[in-house]
Amino acid sequence: MAEVKLRDVRKTYTGGIEAVKGVSFDVPDGALCVLVGPSGCGKSTLLRMIAGIETITSGEIRIGERIVNDIEPSERDIAMVFQNYALYPHMSVYDNMAYGLRNRGTPKAEIETRVREAAKMLEIEPYLKRRPRDLSGGQRQRVAMGRAIVRKPAVFLFDEPLSNLDAKLRGQMRVEIKKLQRSLDVTSVYVTHDQLEAMTLADILVVLNLGQIEQIGPPLELYSRPASMFVAGFIGAPAMNFIPVRADGDGLSAEGGGLSGARGFAVPKQGAVLGVRPEHLTLSGIEGGALFDLEVMVVEAVGAETFIYGKLPTGKEVIVRLYDNIPKVGGRITVSAAREHLHLFDSGSGRRI
Amino acid sequence: MKRALFQNRFLPFLLIAPQIAITMIFFYWPAIQALWQSFLLQDAFGLSTTFVWFENYKHLYESAEYYRTIGTTLFFSTIVSFTSLSIALLLAVQADKPLRASGIYRTLLIWPYAVAPAVAGVLWAFMFQPSFGILARGLRELGYDWNPLLNGNHAMTMVVAAAAWKQISYNFLFFLAGLAAIPRSLHEAAAIDGARPFRRFWTIVFPLLSPTTFFLIVVNIVYAFFDTFGIIDAMTGGGPAKATETMVYKVYFDGRLGGDLGGSAAQSVILMIIVIGLTAIQFKYVERKVTY
Ligand SMILES: Nc1ncnc2c1ncn2[C@@H]1O[C@H](COP(=O)(O)OP(=O)(O)OP(=O)(O)O)[C@@H](O)[C@H]1O
Ligand SMILES: [Mg+2]
Repeated sequence: MAEVKLRDVRKTYTGGIEAVKGVSFDVPDGALCVLVGPSGCGKSTLLRMIAGIETITSGEIRIGERIVNDIEPSERDIAMVFQNYALYPHMSVYDNMAYGLRNRGTPKAEIETRVREAAKMLEIEPYLKRRPRDLSGGQRQRVAMGRAIVRKPAVFLFDEPLSNLDAKLRGQMRVEIKKLQRSLDVTSVYVTHDQLEAMTLADILVVLNLGQIEQIGPPLELYSRPASMFVAGFIGAPAMNFIPVRADGDGLSAEGGGLSGARGFAVPKQGAVLGVRPEHLTLSGIEGGALFDLEVMVVEAVGAETFIYGKLPTGKEVIVRLYDNIPKVGGRITVSAAREHLHLFDSGSGRRI
Repeated sequence: MKRALFQNRFLPFLLIAPQIAITMIFFYWPAIQALWQSFLLQDAFGLSTTFVWFENYKHLYESAEYYRTIGTTLFFSTIVSFTSLSIALLLAVQADKPLRASGIYRTLLIWPYAVAPAVAGVLWAFMFQPSFGILARGLRELGYDWNPLLNGNHAMTMVVAAAAWKQISYNFLFFLAGLAAIPRSLHEAAAIDGARPFRRFWTIVFPLLSPTTFFLIVVNIVYAFFDTFGIIDAMTGGGPAKATETMVYKVYFDGRLGGDLGGSAAQSVILMIIVIGLTAIQFKYVERKVTY
């Protein structure tokens, strides 16, 4: 049981690439913290620094009471699940799981008990004698988890553990990881670039961009009050619509028209960017909300829901999620969004206004 | 291959003809000749030749000297292979680490491979030369009475050193490639699993290298058996008192210097069978090698 605390952690690789540019956050005891961000934003680097398999250029990482900057990975009381699983190919599943315990001189009987227990929990008991190459992707994934669990570490680290699985299996494993983490109650740091994984797993969500934290908080808070256009666009699918707007006495307006309503927003003279999620736009007129006049370009029926790709007079695309009264392509619709679902961002910095 | 690739039906044959001709002239023809010769017996002056069936083989079978040579060869190849493989592996493990100078280090290590065996032999013989060789003088200064011209063990040490040195580069390159094929995450997982570098090497790296190691063992034995002729010839000439005479050297010695063409040919046929055997093992195991 331990907290993980990062203070102004930086990483500059040889060659001068600044992968992590001063990151600080805390993961409370037993919480699952998800690091999310686009490819190359430094997620893995950060995780590897916590694990101790990458050196820390500056800053401080604490696990529990200890500063671990100069402590060997094996002494940090962590276990890691790698993206490619990193199972030892020449060892049986049993030996893969037992390896870490043997290295620490755990008694044989104790190893046996722990491996069996973990194997049972993960439903991999029938495969204990097999080599990793004789397992399916999903089974390998479980073995990798098992190897982490048997050690009973204070912290679990996951680097995109589900990215090699197909969509359905990924969904299942996601739920299982969450259950497992809850039942074991182990502090965890989980790296992913999948926003759905991030939203569903996280107690604390850290959005990274170019080696820096964009926003940090509970997932729903990031969803409902994104601190920047980057976060707003990254979280939620399909992504939030962004429309450059100005404001006058009659409310918001877009260049070329097509937008009206929503009086009383403080918008800087040079304009701002209005953000609104597809799921917050409806065909019924909302009192005091923003009204959009759209030409329907594409209608994409996904089953339960339908996505309408509309166009403002300027050609700017706006996506709307609808359940019924689906319009025809080429027709015109008016959709509206409630005031609390309108987000304004500075058009220069992208920060929330 | 698609037939349509060649318009002319004879072109493919024409293209491989030189290769076939070379194989015929330089491999099959001498092999057949050796086989034929091994059934013949020439008198001391080379004037008359008789067909004697397996007389030459029978003679070898009964010759204590030939067994001694086989013993010498086995000893020599084992020590050469072991020494060369161990040193190469050690160097490769060092070179696999991300060092700044690793480029230079690797290049330097590859050089010995480019040196011809006879040249390597002369070089090492020079260093071990009892009166002015640098290594010999060093040994003398340490109070060691070094004399490979008289002492068979000294001579053996010397040819082993030269032969092993020459093969290190080759082994090094293969080990380096083998090490590079082990994913970095395995090292990292093992480090997190609490395996110290030494233990990590023996429990993870070495087992994963085993296909490479096996391949190299066969290659090194073949090398020590056959390609070390130049080194032995340049350094000791098989002496002193045949202490460094390997099977290949004996073929040359008996045939060329001793004039026993039939016996020498019979020995070459035995060597050919050994090569075929080793190659078969190689194919059998390397083909179905454990792929992880
Ligand atoms: N060993 C290294 N040497 C030099 N630069 C590196 C090294 N590892 C990563 N980088 C660089 O650091 C930056 C961050 O890499 P990192 O692997 O942390 O990204 P990531 O967020 O995990 O991306 P992905 O989602 O693609 O895995 C990238 O620009 C990458 O090129
Ligand atoms: Mg990564």
